[in-house]
Amino acid sequence: MISFQPTEEQALIADSLDAFARDVLRPRARAVDEAGAIPDDILQQGWELGLIGAAIPEAYGGSGGERSPMTGAIVLERLGTGCASLGSAIMAASGFVNALLDFGTDEQKREYLPLFTGAAPHFAGLALQEPQWGFGPDALRTTAERRGKGWVLSGAKRLVPFGDRSSHFLVVARRDERIDAFIVPRDTKGLSVAPESGTMGLKPLPTARLDLDRVELPGAARLGGEAGIDTARLLNLLRVGSAALAVGISRIVTDTAILYARERIAFGEAIGKKQAIAFMLADMHIECDAMRLMVWKAASQLEQGMDATKASVLAQDYVRRRAMKVADDGLQIFGGHGFIRDLPLEMWLRNTRAVTLLDGPVAI
Amino acid sequence: MIDFRISETDQRILDQVAAEAKAGEKYARHYEDHEHEALPDSFPEAAVFTPLPKLLAGRAKDDTPAATFQMLVSFARQAQNGVPLRGNVSRGGAGLGNAALRAAGTKEQIEKWGGLTLAMSITEPGAGSDTKAIQTTARLDGEEWVLNGDKIFVTTGIRAEGVVVWATIDKNAGRAGIKSFLVMKGTPGFDIVRQEKKLGIRTSDTAAYAFRDCRIPRENLLGGDESAPREKGSASYRGVMKTFNMTRPGVASGGVAKALGALRFAEAALADQGLAVDWHADFHRRSAAQQKLIEMEADAEAAALTVLYAAWLADQGRSNNLEASVCKAKGGEVCRTVPQRAMELLGAMSISHDHLVEKYLRDGRISDIYEGTGQIQRLIIARSILDYSSEELT
Repeated sequence: MISFQPTEEQALIADSLDAFARDVLRPRARAVDEAGAIPDDILQQGWELGLIGAAIPEAYGGSGGERSPMTGAIVLERLGTGCASLGSAIMAASGFVNALLDFGTDEQKREYLPLFTGAAPHFAGLALQEPQWGFGPDALRTTAERRGKGWVLSGAKRLVPFGDRSSHFLVVARRDERIDAFIVPRDTKGLSVAPESGTMGLKPLPTARLDLDRVELPGAARLGGEAGIDTARLLNLLRVGSAALAVGISRIVTDTAILYARERIAFGEAIGKKQAIAFMLADMHIECDAMRLMVWKAASQLEQGMDATKASVLAQDYVRRRAMKVADDGLQIFGGHGFIRDLPLEMWLRNTRAVTLLDGPVAI
Repeated sequence: MIDFRISETDQRILDQVAAEAKAGEKYARHYEDHEHEALPDSFPEAAVFTPLPKLLAGRAKDDTPAATFQMLVSFARQAQNGVPLRGNVSRGGAGLGNAALRAAGTKEQIEKWGGLTLAMSITEPGAGSDTKAIQTTARLDGEEWVLNGDKIFVTTGIRAEGVVVWATIDKNAGRAGIKSFLVMKGTPGFDIVRQEKKLGIRTSDTAAYAFRDCRIPRENLLGGDESAPREKGSASYRGVMKTFNMTRPGVASGGVAKALGALRFAEAALADQGLAVDWHADFHRRSAAQQKLIEMEADAEAAALTVLYAAWLADQGRSNNLEASVCKAKGGEVCRTVPQRAMELLGAMSISHDHLVEKYLRDGRISDIYEGTGQIQRLIIARSILDYSSEELT
């Protein structure tokens, strides 16, 4: 049955995150981007929203809520309207935690999920991206080999969020045609972690590169145990997560450009009264709606446990093209002011470029 | 709960709708070549298929709401290239003029004329989207209105039994002076000037009218309000414009359907040649043709979802003014871009009359024009989001 009605709980979460984005994230976004670091007080405030622990079962110290990718998409869009960097930081553990919730064995859940239910933020990074140009998750170079009952991982991973303080990494690696994910503690022999040189978008988000030099792991390190994982689902959760965040950026770009177009006078009238600008704004609004619905469809299929690969690839493709245009046109409406770093337009362009290329600073 | 699943019952209905529409494809080329030949009321093939109202009667009450499902039916039917197999003459109540009558007519007027097929006649040689510029006049003379003017682009204007005509009773009153009048076919002074020849939608007739001292009863003014207050807007004008909020998702669904039809045709034809999208292959491992198929599908899907959303809001009794324009703009976009790209992927044989794929491009193209061009939709959307009146943003 087709319905566009969020649950009551989703509507409540959306409302409270709207306020959080407006009152907490947005006022700090510009300064945080300039500083290039995530302030601890916002991480703590974000952690206290309980978003990461919401679906962790009570037995492991979590809130025991329903595991809902749909709610995840709504959350990420809202955080994206506040600040994509701070939103990614608050949700940085979502890649690791949601993968454990969906694919982990009971033992793995019991061992790792309680790490994320304390009063202070805890980080574990999902390591998917690799250094080669034209990287895609279907062409991984990081390999996993069987050794006795255990595993040996070799390769390099890049742009791993919060690598600087992650206690564990979920490393995605290839074994022949199969793709698996492995839980790798930070202090494992053969694993070296180094800070990245910096990134154009999501600039304040600390990222790390991992070098895996014949890293030996026990058999239990493989996520999902003998069953392994549904790799397509893992990738889809990441694709749709990034896309949801991008929709949030598009929405704030559009809303900000609308206000500016009403105020900015050129040739004797507000530029919003000129069709050249008004039609750009109309298209930006249209695409915010269209992108959101694409994200919702994929998220809802993931929620129902369906094979959501097609819907997720379509949502990713659509958002990748359209969100870039929205961010770019938003900057254009501000003219030179959009290029100056006093205003957030150039930041939104950089952040949109980042989240529409990265699979998985966050997951739904 | 946000949900996009279609129930098994609904899927069966949609499959049958598509099968019936597909069965009409055997006649499609004939009516392309014989544009002004009227379709028979029904074709023999229709007997095989259960009529839609009967199919709809079997739907559960808690399934996808009615207007939303109607959009899915429209996608299923219009994504095929068949001519309609039934109801081609006796389709009372289904014209665009009927929607206007329901929106603006009095109870008595709806009872009197609701069963007829009514066309809607707004456009003039000098006034299309800018409806307040219409020149056709209505002058009260005793107990009769006297109409004078020329009208064009009247959909179903040949086949209709009556027509809802826009005319001004006071040229100085602007929009407030514009009223709609019901004129029956055969009224003296009302002439059909010609039937238009078109790029596409050739089985839908399009007429041009002339009104020369055409006299109609005073009570044929829809809604009955004869005042023309010289202030901003008027209730009757807004009433008629409201018609469009209800019909736009339906029109947009036609554009989306032509996009979907062209896409499915190209997918199937290219799959026969060994080219298909591997949904698990990343961007960098796709060919240009595969990437194009993905982009076409994403664009068509996005447009389809905006149509479903606008209809769903109407189902909930919620305002959908803005969303109706959003979906009309998206339907207008993909009716152009997707068939164009489908033909590009298929190559030169796609222009051949051996195949019906070129028909999607020709039939779809109108969806970005009628019931408000894409540019008009953007004006409406921009006014809404910028909070400008129609005087402030023209």
